[in-house]
Amino acid sequence: MTFEPLIAQLQTRDRSEESGCVVDDGLCPDWIVDNFDRYVDPFWQHVFLTVTPVLIGFVIAFSLALLAHRRSWLVGPIASVTGTLYTIPSVAFFFLLQPITGLGNTTAIVALVCYTLLIIFRNVITGLAAVPEEAKDAARGMGLTDRQMLWRVELPLALPEILAGVRIATTTTVGLAALAFLAGGGGLGQELDQDPFFKSNVVVAGGLCILLAALLDLIILTIQRFTTGWQRAAA
Amino acid sequence: MNTTLAFLGQFGGAIEFIFEERESVGGGVQVGGLGEIGELTATHLLVSAVAVVVACAISIPIGLYLGHKGRGEFAAISVSNVGRAVPAIVLLFFFIAFVGNGFTNVCIVLILLAIPPILTNTYVGVRQVQPDIVDAARGMGMTGPQIVRRVRLPLAMPTIFAGIRTSAVSVLATATIGTFANLQTLGEPILVPQQYGFEGALGAAIVVALITVAADAGIGLMQRAVTPKGIKLAEEPQFKQKRLSLPTRRREAST
Amino acid sequence: MTRSLRLILSALAALALAFGAVACGSDDEDEGGGGGGGGGASSGNLIESDPANAKTSITVGSKNFDEQYILGEIYAQALEAAGFKVDKKLNLGSEQIAYKALQSGQVDAYPEYTGTSLTSFFDVKTDDVPKDPDAAYELAKKEYAAKDITALPRTSFENTYRIATTKEKQESLLKGAKTVSEVAELPNASDISIAGFPECRQRTDCLLGLKALYKWTPKFVADEGKYDPIDKDRADLGFVFSTDGELTLGKYAIVEDDKNLFPPYNISFGVRNDTLQKMGDAGQQVIIDVQEPLTEAAMQELNSRVSLDKEEPEAVAKAYLQEEGFIE
Repeated sequence: MTFEPLIAQLQTRDRSEESGCVVDDGLCPDWIVDNFDRYVDPFWQHVFLTVTPVLIGFVIAFSLALLAHRRSWLVGPIASVTGTLYTIPSVAFFFLLQPITGLGNTTAIVALVCYTLLIIFRNVITGLAAVPEEAKDAARGMGLTDRQMLWRVELPLALPEILAGVRIATTTTVGLAALAFLAGGGGLGQELDQDPFFKSNVVVAGGLCILLAALLDLIILTIQRFTTGWQRAAA
Repeated sequence: MNTTLAFLGQFGGAIEFIFEERESVGGGVQVGGLGEIGELTATHLLVSAVAVVVACAISIPIGLYLGHKGRGEFAAISVSNVGRAVPAIVLLFFFIAFVGNGFTNVCIVLILLAIPPILTNTYVGVRQVQPDIVDAARGMGMTGPQIVRRVRLPLAMPTIFAGIRTSAVSVLATATIGTFANLQTLGEPILVPQQYGFEGALGAAIVVALITVAADAGIGLMQRAVTPKGIKLAEEPQFKQKRLSLPTRRREAST
Repeated sequence: MTRSLRLILSALAALALAFGAVACGSDDEDEGGGGGGGGGASSGNLIESDPANAKTSITVGSKNFDEQYILGEIYAQALEAAGFKVDKKLNLGSEQIAYKALQSGQVDAYPEYTGTSLTSFFDVKTDDVPKDPDAAYELAKKEYAAKDITALPRTSFENTYRIATTKEKQESLLKGAKTVSEVAELPNASDISIAGFPECRQRTDCLLGLKALYKWTPKFVADEGKYDPIDKDRADLGFVFSTDGELTLGKYAIVEDDKNLFPPYNISFGVRNDTLQKMGDAGQQVIIDVQEPLTEAAMQELNSRVSLDKEEPEAVAKAYLQEEGFIE
């Protein structure tokens, strides 16, 4: 099989005279509008890489906190373990998990979950600890069991602190998920890494991260306001 | 699992890497050993320390002022939240255009990273000082700045230090990306595993984790030293929560 | 407080709506190449889809830079056109990660450079790598075979290191020096800075090679860009790749590697033997055919479309296959 002369078929474009926004790696509104759809999939991947770890981390950290709530000797060890996980630099975490969990979403999510644990654990514990004694006395006086007291009195009163922790964990995860591409996890960080010096790219990828964080933050804040409306009414 | 066992075996190799030199994966040059690790650690610590100190110098005064006046809460907290979401790596590349590579670039990025927790915690710590105490101080004839310095600041110390600790941990972890900006920190073996090897990357990660734990504890000690005795005594009953060194007395402290 | 909250809420909602509109409204635009699609494409090139291939699943990988994305896409799309079920795992990372993925079966095949495989995987010192591209390929093929991997025939183009600088700097700073030996002999040679990826610092076929072969120790600047540091004066020279699109712009001058430091870097599509069996001879031929038109000039053109025109590798690969007549 013989091939016809190649360059005749592959259209070589003349770029020697080119000037203009894109070639200069500048901030180009036109280019951004035209090419915005290439950020859509990475954006949703980034949402996935943020929401999933926060949900999983919440379940784990919340359970641990409930466990440690009445057994204060557990607080130290759990805080130490989650704290140690927190100190592992994310860059390292994404690489070092690879032999165990391979490349892709799993590694990214495992690492990101670990970073949410300390924040949420701390806030649940602190929130529960800050419940006024009078409230607990009143509950006991009404004949509530410990378990009932937990779910009907303590947790609702601790909710602002807990949700504050979820907010912090969420915004932090948005930022950390930008490095998930090191683990093959995609997301907005991948788009950034592909052309880190093209200003339009940096602005869109980075800007979408900020937008995502603000949106998620607002959603949690709204949940907080709805669920603690009775607090404001009392105040 | 097979891979988990292999991983544990490599842990030993990682410790070796910290102390002994070995040939790089591609051959031709020695990597690792105390000399190189020492240098990388020194740079890592220096850029992190400078960043945290400058961040404190910027955030604490602003936090004190805003907290005392009671203004700008929404802005302070929102900036903090959003600031946490900007990936440091985005900032790094963004700044390359303005300040180029190297120490300054990385330091600026780390300073921006460190500001939100310290600023928020200072603000909240100051806000949470009970109004009667401030009134009493005013009654004693103290001026505004005196109130801040002698009453609000000492009482807000635990919260402020909690913020500094959070910042320090983030900064130390993030200084690893200095490699992308021509600053060789402990991130170098982690981001160039094709030459340092998996054990090299693991070794460097262990060192980072260790210095982070040490820094966290060290700042905790500093906090102990700076807290006025009266407050330390008052804190005793809540000793259990003190282990977490968290703001314990208030509900909204951690926004 | 509630007022400003509501204001921000509405602003964000509006932004979100706008985002949704753009996202859903825009079609998957086919970013074809400039000009018409392959005038004079010979119908003999067209890849035939064999229904028997549909039961074979192949995972194609690639490393993490432009050319690798393009090549990965080309091979993947060609195999798809032949009827295989193709999974893409592009952006694996550095060659170490890619090689591990290939060995463990996470990917079934990926394109690797002969020189890189010899120095990075098979412990061959840079100086010992054969300078002849065919000899290098044969050696790599032998080494791969011992790991149950088949290195398919190499491409004609190679993507080797080049040292580049701006035309102005070549005159002013290098005093018109045209080869690396000449630069090494300049009086200010050790003050000259050269940019490269962070890993270059330890590579014997990169910075270390300059020290060893040319006895030249420039200042090294680790940088993620190739031409950006030279343009923006973060470094005087830079390690670039021979298939970079930027080299066609006429802005840059190459400093020649007169002592032949760099080994050959031709591409060879490495496939696991178990996958190769399932691909069959026809599948192998698809790979050989589709890489045939890739000359250095062709690669430079394709790379330009990604790095300069900012097109996506997937679209660029598709356009290449269309313009060469491999797919419709």
